[in-house]
Amino acid sequence: MKRVYVNEERCLGCHLCEYWCAYANSGEKDIMTAFKLGKDATPRINVEDDGDVHFAVQCRHCDDTPCVKACITGALSCNDGVVEINRDKCVGCYTCVLTCPYGCIVIDKKNGGKTVTKCELCTDNSNGEPVCVRECINGAIVFEER
Amino acid sequence: MSVNYIPAVFEVLRDTDRCIKCRACERQCANEVHYFDEDFDKMQVIEAQCVDCQRCVTICPTSALKIRKNQNEFREGANYPQKLIIENYLQAQTGAVLLSSMGNPVDLPVYWDKILINASQVTNPSIDPLREPMETKVYLGKKSLDIKRGDDGEIIPDTEYPQLELDVPIMFSAMSYGSISYNAHESLARAATQLGTFYNTGEGGLHKDFYKYGPNTIVQVASGRFGVSKQYLDQGAAIEIKMGQGAKPGIGGHLPGKKVNADVSQTRMIPMGTDAISPAPHHDIYSIEDLRQLIFSLKEATEYKKPVMVKIAAVHNVAAIASGIARSGADILVLDGFRGGTGAAPTRIRDNVGIPIELALAAVDQRLRDEHIRNEVSVVVAGSVRSSADCVKAFALGADACYIGTAALLAIGCHLCRSCHGAKCNWGIATQRADLVRRLNPDFAYKRLVNLVHAWDHEIKEMMGGMGINSIESLKGNRLMLRGVGLNDRELEILGIKHAGE
Amino acid sequence: MQKKEGEIRIPSGCAITGFISRNGNRISGGDAIKSIEVMHDRSNGLGGGFAGYGIYPEYKDQYAFHIFYESSEAKDYTEKYLDRHFDIINLSKIPTKQVKEITKEPLIWRYFVNPLPTRVAASQLDEEEYVAQCVLKINKDHKDSFVFSSGKNMGVFKAVGFPEDVGRFYRLDEYAGYSWTVHGRYPTNTPGWWGGAHPFALLDYSIVHNGEISSYDANRRFIEMFGYQCTLQTDTEVITYIIDFLNRKKKLTLSEIAEVIAAPFWTTIERREPKECERLKYLRNVFAGMLITGPFSIILGYKGGLMALNDRLKLRSMVVGEKDDMFYIASEECAIRAICKDAEDIRAPRGGEAVIAELNEEGRRKCL
Repeated sequence: MKRVYVNEERCLGCHLCEYWCAYANSGEKDIMTAFKLGKDATPRINVEDDGDVHFAVQCRHCDDTPCVKACITGALSCNDGVVEINRDKCVGCYTCVLTCPYGCIVIDKKNGGKTVTKCELCTDNSNGEPVCVRECINGAIVFEER
Repeated sequence: MSVNYIPAVFEVLRDTDRCIKCRACERQCANEVHYFDEDFDKMQVIEAQCVDCQRCVTICPTSALKIRKNQNEFREGANYPQKLIIENYLQAQTGAVLLSSMGNPVDLPVYWDKILINASQVTNPSIDPLREPMETKVYLGKKSLDIKRGDDGEIIPDTEYPQLELDVPIMFSAMSYGSISYNAHESLARAATQLGTFYNTGEGGLHKDFYKYGPNTIVQVASGRFGVSKQYLDQGAAIEIKMGQGAKPGIGGHLPGKKVNADVSQTRMIPMGTDAISPAPHHDIYSIEDLRQLIFSLKEATEYKKPVMVKIAAVHNVAAIASGIARSGADILVLDGFRGGTGAAPTRIRDNVGIPIELALAAVDQRLRDEHIRNEVSVVVAGSVRSSADCVKAFALGADACYIGTAALLAIGCHLCRSCHGAKCNWGIATQRADLVRRLNPDFAYKRLVNLVHAWDHEIKEMMGGMGINSIESLKGNRLMLRGVGLNDRELEILGIKHAGE
Repeated sequence: MQKKEGEIRIPSGCAITGFISRNGNRISGGDAIKSIEVMHDRSNGLGGGFAGYGIYPEYKDQYAFHIFYESSEAKDYTEKYLDRHFDIINLSKIPTKQVKEITKEPLIWRYFVNPLPTRVAASQLDEEEYVAQCVLKINKDHKDSFVFSSGKNMGVFKAVGFPEDVGRFYRLDEYAGYSWTVHGRYPTNTPGWWGGAHPFALLDYSIVHNGEISSYDANRRFIEMFGYQCTLQTDTEVITYIIDFLNRKKKLTLSEIAEVIAAPFWTTIERREPKECERLKYLRNVFAGMLITGPFSIILGYKGGLMALNDRLKLRSMVVGEKDDMFYIASEECAIRAICKDAEDIRAPRGGEAVIAELNEEGRRKCL
């Protein structure tokens, strides 16, 4: 299965992927609107920095899916290897947030933290391809079969 | 602390309606121009630190940034322009020689732009490179016209002297590891290999990781002899003796100590953090006969298997010097014009010493022909070959091949901010800071170099086809294919071309 | 003021024809006129000329100089030069006949000469080189004198006019030779003088050429390094010098010369078997400055033979044909049919393919 991978040798820590991710999943007409007018788009990818080391992290779509197992309402499910979230079922208990070993499930600020959100490989928006990969200025993020 | 007389050179304009405060500009500016002001909840700038490298402008996701020349103006005066006033302030403040990078930006004539190319009409058909073969392969090296035949009467195909085979007539000129980054070197090496041409190590030695690109590498020997060893000489396909450089004729290479990190130190064989200042002359070459000895020392060391190139800066007496070099055993002569780039040079030298490559090339090619020794040496030109049209004009004036340096750097992101000597290149090219070097991804960069040269090569073929020429040999020295515009008789005479309309 | 050929470069189109009797039968110049006449429209009346080989059997060991003089002063000056350098065996005006189409004729003289052995020895050159340098010297430095033919047992006849009129003017039906080449010129400008007409010749080499080579200045500037002076600025002149250099000085065979001046493409070379590939690469690399590109079809006349060659893209028409011992080359088939109705094996040689026809043993015995 194709997954998003990050090459820390190439990651510059510019954090632009976060902004493009947040915008891509915001449904807003452009990146400015997504962050202005009090709107608070939430990125599903986060760049972790430690000195000169930078690493963009997002859902690994693990094979053993601990988050799916932990979900109390069945809002998280794994379909064809992609861990997806059904926001109608999520009650915002954050159990998955505690469970995820990578810290990749984040609280969705957009609706006041009533649900969580996570990377769904841009299958749930109109981009058709992971936007973090497309917009990475240094080719550090790739979407490929390994 | 007294008053700082020096104003910012640039203004950084931010459209706050567009800025989303992502702070990418802040994170990507090695000059620390941008910062986030928590009190005002907005991005602020320290303009004096901006070098206009355009990194922030390029990556800004909302196109919120623009850099422009500082609109603040000193009182005008033709004799003392603002730039000169500021330079005097700077020198009064520091007591130092002014340093600059890249090529001479001064408003002096660019002869390429005053030369026009011919095309066929009626009497002779133009040729379409998409439909007919069109050849740009070049062999560089000394050519002996002495035909040898075996007992069977057949020609023995022995060129006598080693040759360099170029699939495209463009090479990457000398840029040392140190002045540019590991990733930049890797990009050039990989591109040269894919293109079937050559890149040049410059005077900083050759990183062991790049030995595998040896068949497409020209190794340079300069006055500092940095990184020169038997093993190093053996790696290259050819050896270039750098006698001079167009950007700074008369002085040696400059590598600021802040660019000498562990890897550079090891490759150059010098201590970490020390300035690498090459001697102005080669201290074993005080005359032309000494050059001959170095040429043959290098040939001996490499068993006469590799062509030896000699690179000189285009200076006033260039034709006679070139003729002397051709008679000294050099296989290839490199002429570097006064617009040639550098990682660091004294500003006054960069901007005032040397002559235009177009005139130097024309004079040298003609002199070598007058002396009947044009066949004894190939001529490569460098020092601001900016486009395929410049290449075509260079070939028609008499060059065998072109070196590109600045154009190659542009291909991999350089924005010509001319701040290489600061060692903080935001594009990861002219720096050794690991976090900055990482910004140049060789996987992308080498493809961009390949693209650039392919595009130029195709344009060269288009222009050749227009002239009815289908092989580059027939363009070489074909000055009838050129006409000058707006040039005086003296200039036309030196260039050996007619005026448009003649 | 209008410039003469040599002061400017004049692009031209042309008609060419040539033939050889391999048995060495001597054929009248009248046939050459007949052959070129049918291609009248390929010329525009601004130049025509002939080269005949084997036409001076009685003086076959002397160099035959044909010279144009624009004035009698020029003639006096050049004759003094000839006297100093050569033993003049015979001299005369070249016989001509009034033809109304041919006007403004210069003085046209012919000299059969032997180089003075003492001068040759003093020059430290071989005899042919000595003669060639004298010819080049006159053409470069003697105002109003032009040596347009300098071979042995061969001669060039040329003028401004249509080639058939030029042939009649020179009374070529009164000459007979084993081979002839003819040229009808279609220049874009008026050449201004007769020296600009073709064939162009040096020693025994003569060239008739149809084309406008794009590599002209590259070739000119290269060959001028080897003691040649391109005073006419014509393709024919530079091609002649290149062939003279490669054949006489570098001892390349004619087919090797074809591989230099109309070299195969690199991709073609790479497909050849390794040894051949190396040889062709070598020739192309070393003689790069002599590659000729742009359209041309040429007939090279030389002692004992003809070679036909097209540029490597075949951008100019040229056909060859045969009948018994005769071999024909022409821009158009009609020029061959005009003198040999039933010529056989008419074909168009490929671009870059050298076609060579030479005297056979019998012919060599008779004519050389």
